[in-house]
Amino acid sequence: MRFSALKILTEGLTGNKGWKPHWRDPEPKAEYDAIVIGGGGHGLSTAYYLAKNHGLRNVAVLEKGYIGGGNVGRNTTIVRANYFLPGNSEFYSHSLKLWEGLEEDLNYNVMHSQRGLINLFHSDGQRDAFARRGNAMINQGDDAILLDRDGVREILPYLDFDNARFPIYGGLYHPRGGTARHDAVAWGYARGADQRGVDLIQNCEVTGIDIENGRVTGVQTTRGAIRAKKVGLVVAGRSSQVAAMAGMRLPIESHVLQAFVTEGLKPVIDHVISFGMGHFYISQSDKGGLVFGGDLDFYASYAQRGNLPMAEHVMEAGMALMPAIGKARVLRSWGGIMDMSPDGSPVIDATHIDGLFLNCGWCYGGFKAVPASGWCMAHLMATNTPHEHAAGFRLDRFETGRGLMDEEGTGAQHNLH
Amino acid sequence: MRIDCPCCGSRDIREFTYKGDALALERPDPDAGDAVWNDYVHNRDNPAGPTRELWYHEMGCAAWLVVTRDTVSHEIKAVELASAAKGDVA
Amino acid sequence: MRIDGNGLIDRAKPLRFSFDGHAYDGYHGDTLASALLANDIRLVGRSFKYHRPRGIMTAGSEEPNALVTVGQGAAQDPNLRATTLELYDGLEARSQNRWPSLDWDLLALNDLAAPFFGAGFYYKTFMWPRAFWEKLYEPMIRRAAGLGALSGQANADRYEKAFAHCDLLVIGAGPAGLMAALTAARAGADVILADEDAVMGGRLNAETEEVGEEAGRDWAAGVVAELRAMDNVRLMPRTTITGAYDGGTYGALERVAMHVPNPGPAPRECFWRITARRAILAAGALERPVAFRDNDRPGIMMAGAVRAYLNRWNVAPGRSVVVFGNNDGAHRTAADLLAAGVNVAALVDARLGAATTLDVPFYAGQICGTEGRKGLEAVSIATMSGIEKVQADALAVSGGWNPSLHLACHMGGRPDWAPGIAAFVPRPGMVPGLAAAGAANGAFSTARCLAEGAGAAQAALADLGLKPGQPDIPRAEDGAYDITPLWSVPGKGRAWLDFQNDVTVKDVNLAAREAYRSVEHMKRYTTQGMAPDQGKNSNVNALAVLADATGRTIPETGTTTYRPPYVPVSIAAMGAGAQGKGFAPERFTTSHKASVAAGAPMIEAGLWYRPSYFPAPGETTWRQSCDREVGFVRGAVGICDVSTLGKIDIQGPDAGAFLDFVYTNMFSTLKVGRTRYGLMLREDGHVLDDGTTARLGENHYLMTTTTAAAGLVMRHLEFVRQGLRPDLDVQLVSVTEQWAQFAVAGPKSRELVNGLLDTPIDNEGFPFMGCGAVTLGGIDARLFRISFSGEHAYEIAVPARYGDSLFRTLKTRAEALGGGAYGMEALNVLRIEKGFITHAEIHGRTTAFDIGMQGMMSRKKDFIGKTASQRPGLMEESRERLVGLKPTGDVRQLTAGAHLFNADDPAIRENDQGYVTSVGFSPTLGHYIGLGFLKHGPERIGETIRMVDHLRGVETTCEVCNPVFFDPEGGRARG
Repeated sequence: MRFSALKILTEGLTGNKGWKPHWRDPEPKAEYDAIVIGGGGHGLSTAYYLAKNHGLRNVAVLEKGYIGGGNVGRNTTIVRANYFLPGNSEFYSHSLKLWEGLEEDLNYNVMHSQRGLINLFHSDGQRDAFARRGNAMINQGDDAILLDRDGVREILPYLDFDNARFPIYGGLYHPRGGTARHDAVAWGYARGADQRGVDLIQNCEVTGIDIENGRVTGVQTTRGAIRAKKVGLVVAGRSSQVAAMAGMRLPIESHVLQAFVTEGLKPVIDHVISFGMGHFYISQSDKGGLVFGGDLDFYASYAQRGNLPMAEHVMEAGMALMPAIGKARVLRSWGGIMDMSPDGSPVIDATHIDGLFLNCGWCYGGFKAVPASGWCMAHLMATNTPHEHAAGFRLDRFETGRGLMDEEGTGAQHNLH
Repeated sequence: MRIDCPCCGSRDIREFTYKGDALALERPDPDAGDAVWNDYVHNRDNPAGPTRELWYHEMGCAAWLVVTRDTVSHEIKAVELASAAKGDVA
Repeated sequence: MRIDGNGLIDRAKPLRFSFDGHAYDGYHGDTLASALLANDIRLVGRSFKYHRPRGIMTAGSEEPNALVTVGQGAAQDPNLRATTLELYDGLEARSQNRWPSLDWDLLALNDLAAPFFGAGFYYKTFMWPRAFWEKLYEPMIRRAAGLGALSGQANADRYEKAFAHCDLLVIGAGPAGLMAALTAARAGADVILADEDAVMGGRLNAETEEVGEEAGRDWAAGVVAELRAMDNVRLMPRTTITGAYDGGTYGALERVAMHVPNPGPAPRECFWRITARRAILAAGALERPVAFRDNDRPGIMMAGAVRAYLNRWNVAPGRSVVVFGNNDGAHRTAADLLAAGVNVAALVDARLGAATTLDVPFYAGQICGTEGRKGLEAVSIATMSGIEKVQADALAVSGGWNPSLHLACHMGGRPDWAPGIAAFVPRPGMVPGLAAAGAANGAFSTARCLAEGAGAAQAALADLGLKPGQPDIPRAEDGAYDITPLWSVPGKGRAWLDFQNDVTVKDVNLAAREAYRSVEHMKRYTTQGMAPDQGKNSNVNALAVLADATGRTIPETGTTTYRPPYVPVSIAAMGAGAQGKGFAPERFTTSHKASVAAGAPMIEAGLWYRPSYFPAPGETTWRQSCDREVGFVRGAVGICDVSTLGKIDIQGPDAGAFLDFVYTNMFSTLKVGRTRYGLMLREDGHVLDDGTTARLGENHYLMTTTTAAAGLVMRHLEFVRQGLRPDLDVQLVSVTEQWAQFAVAGPKSRELVNGLLDTPIDNEGFPFMGCGAVTLGGIDARLFRISFSGEHAYEIAVPARYGDSLFRTLKTRAEALGGGAYGMEALNVLRIEKGFITHAEIHGRTTAFDIGMQGMMSRKKDFIGKTASQRPGLMEESRERLVGLKPTGDVRQLTAGAHLFNADDPAIRENDQGYVTSVGFSPTLGHYIGLGFLKHGPERIGETIRMVDHLRGVETTCEVCNPVFFDPEGGRARG
């Protein structure tokens, strides 16, 4: 079924009886050409592009819970291409281009809103680091504008310019940055994959990976054994557990990241804003809630919930930066499990086991990467060669030290990225 | 979350700084080889369940602690000084 | 309508308030909701999506409809629940989300278009043409969405945060909570009793029943009085426990002065962090609606809320009331209405075989529709014999009660389904240390609440090692509950589940039909449960409807996740103290006052403040001051406070061995009385920090770190000492705060220093990199002959209490020698002239190799980072490596953050050769100089490259040069 204004109209006039399931609920087949483990954003987009770009139709996504139930549905929805290290730049640039055509491609409104992202800086040193970043963005073909203090004040007059502990020196403005409706991204890809024949199998937990003579032959699941010559492991915070089924120990530590939303408010914040001196970034959803987040709780966790110290820090940073939001009330907080890598950048790579592919290490930047991650992962799984835009995301970079992409510069301590 | 510091008693985690897996205490020999060092610096068991990890009582007594904690329930089962725990980590 | 009665309002204290500009009267003890109802105001709000007229539905914090804005200007406070807003004299409340007025709301047109606005409609449309989303559709949606509005002004009210600790936290002061607190307090436990209401007592204040031999509310007041008199009890009324966290930590929001017209210094709200060894959840239960056609009109209210308004506030919600329910509570409401003299137009019971002894028109059936555009006028009752319409201006509904188990589920636990009460109940142990009691535990009679409260307290006391006494449990109501589940009444039209977000039974069914069958999918697709009430009024009903639609049972369907906070918490409360300067501690050097007095702009350096420059009369730009101050150091003598650098005192027989392990180079070989530059790596082989370390004695070293990394290095050193090398006999202590330290730099530095020292020094006794104890006017001090400027220079350290005096003295004497104080700008130029690095260069991605210091990595010993630094990728010649840069093009300027390209290459990523890290104008050399990283850097000295700064519009060519621009032989520092 194709969505259109006419379809909405005719359905509305006839009692909305004709809407069909957005995806099927198939029984797993005995064998697939390719299996994607993980029905999150990255897994669904991988399956979608396997079908769309590479013509693979006999594909299954295996999800232990419900599709889109992981980080794709529990983030702060920011979409941006403001990385500065080679390897990252071209990948996120590619991803943003895919975002810009996503609604048309999926025939599903993911509400991608390019409202502009402003990273604030609060010292000369930070300004110079952001200048390096902004110039890298322009070198890549993306957009960036260096705002001085007055330039920031012009578009964000409600920030604390008069009494702040860390005065605002300026900001790096990324006009094409913005937000999207996170759940819709998962559902749009799911629907698109399903329409192209991909089996989305929910409530199907992988319990083992079958390997014979160094080749993957299939998986064991709570719904039986399924054979496949190619298996993609796309399970974010659960990467270590699933990889362990193949005998692999990954450079991943799983951490909890909290996020927050307030009650609905009339429009007050029109951009995505990121504070430079505390862990705080914020935007306002189309429904009116202020959506904001901070840093990890900093301890390893699979709990999808956090504790008060970071929650309070985030609120404190909010009050320091924009005391006009003080009377907004936090409605809900939640946590996601972040697959933190040693350099803060991801892995999209083949493994030492033939037919087993790895997609992990998104830290807490995975949402914006969903389109390109699936695009490049599908390319890797279909062709056995890395996609040119993801060529830097190799697993062996840690052992060789070659091509590390440490945007934060905090080194090989997983929770610091 | 609260950690029972052997020196200071039960304290809120806001006083502590986290480092990571307690395997960091078992530093390999300099010539142990690339694979061993890669494992030490980058790779982690990352269990969903009990784990031993390093916390620093930065806003307290400055002790480095080995905390046995469940990464799913966050329950803390044991706390000991890193200097005493060294060698216990298999 | 106000009625007679002896509720908890004080008729001797009348209050005036306004709603949407109209003045009304109320009484002390009223909430805004009870006062509005007393004034026959039924229409109080508009729904989120369809802008349907809405009235007060509940009497608690779960209220979905009656959200108002209070206050003007910066004090404007949106989305307050009228049901918990205590009335005060002069309260001005306004309705929300309507235009132009509550009565005539233009967006009510949305309601007519409802067939096109079903669940998830926006995912299917607004996509054509593409550019219209951001330009038209989204702005339109944003303007229509949202509830109240922020003022846009900075918060001007006071908020606070606090900590509390107790043996036992009792959450809720109804019969269970009061009994629990009393039992524990009498046994000597430290008890905190928190309740979100202003008056403790819970449902006892809303009902007419007796406890013991007295009215329930009098019994409650008596218990509260006893507790208040006990030293081991803290009563926290107006306090909602908002979240359960690990380790017995609970968040709590106290509405301290929101009910006070002129609060003075009292905070509006206080956010508490309560640490409790044990906790009892006695938060009661919330009544749930029934979904039937048009069940959202003003005048339709929960049956228990009707009793609360009648009995506590002496307010009748209407003149002719229909009561509808599926449990015995509905009958209780009818009885209370009768007793209060209010006409009961009908009592409708959905249970099979239901009957009543009350003298009211009784129907065994269901409500299947309502009428009345802005307020209820009539209801339709479906019975076996057909549909009957009954005129009524209020409808009391009870679909049963849901235990308030939210906090018990905050750690991710899933509750159990209790078929007997058709509700979820907490599963024991979901939050360690927390036990549920009373209605929160599914015990719905007062007698059972009292018994469970006492029992839970006894169990907690046993855990705490306290001896529980024999609780004295008073006699109380122990009636049956007797519920037959009823989630939605079948039929045409729209039946609301989530009132606030306008989610109907049809929406849930549509979601199920479109494959959103998981309860989480349904929630996210329909937005059910995502409104400010967080599904308190709708979750169980909605998942029951979903279960039905998908052919599953309710427990199979499961719940969504319960997440903090239980009630919305203002950012100002949870972030209290951080506004303005309070966000982070401020660290001041001992020279701060003198620098400010000298007119120096103070800039943030981490938590520290440091002088940017010291303007002289007549100077109009920072560059003039900076150039002059650089000249002081190069030509005479300059003074700079360097106390912010980390100073770590290291002592013990193994101090040298310890330093050998943390630095790349050797320190055990350093002679006493000498200082050495050291480079420190992370274990992953990248540079962590640098600085000088002095050997003050055989077993005594003093390390300096950069200002930025002082804390990080201390943590790292302690880890190495305790975690990696506990075999070494060495101790560390930070002495950053204890010593004030000043650089005295320039050709006349020794002259200045000798003017102060009790025993003058000379070049032989105190050569470059020498250090030692000295005295200044009898004061013990330390002198280091080290230089961050490349000049003959010293750093003098004195105990911090002498810092202010010494700085003023040094500054005055330097001025007498033709020099003076210099700030960060000059310091930066001086260090770039010498090619000295800061964290602009050692930014976490650079290796010793990158900065040309591979020679400092000792081959003779192991050290932190050694092995990983030898990974092939970290030693490649092609890495971006440190170079100096001089502009050679027409544009004689360099900018930090610019990128480098080969001279003829376009400035695109594929051609990137490196970037500029630090720049400054060198008055010494008369041109800009810069440091940067360039692929194959040191191999390209002499090459001309292109520098492009797109952002600032600066482009030039540069000569690649040695990063040491000035005095490369270093003779000046040694002279």
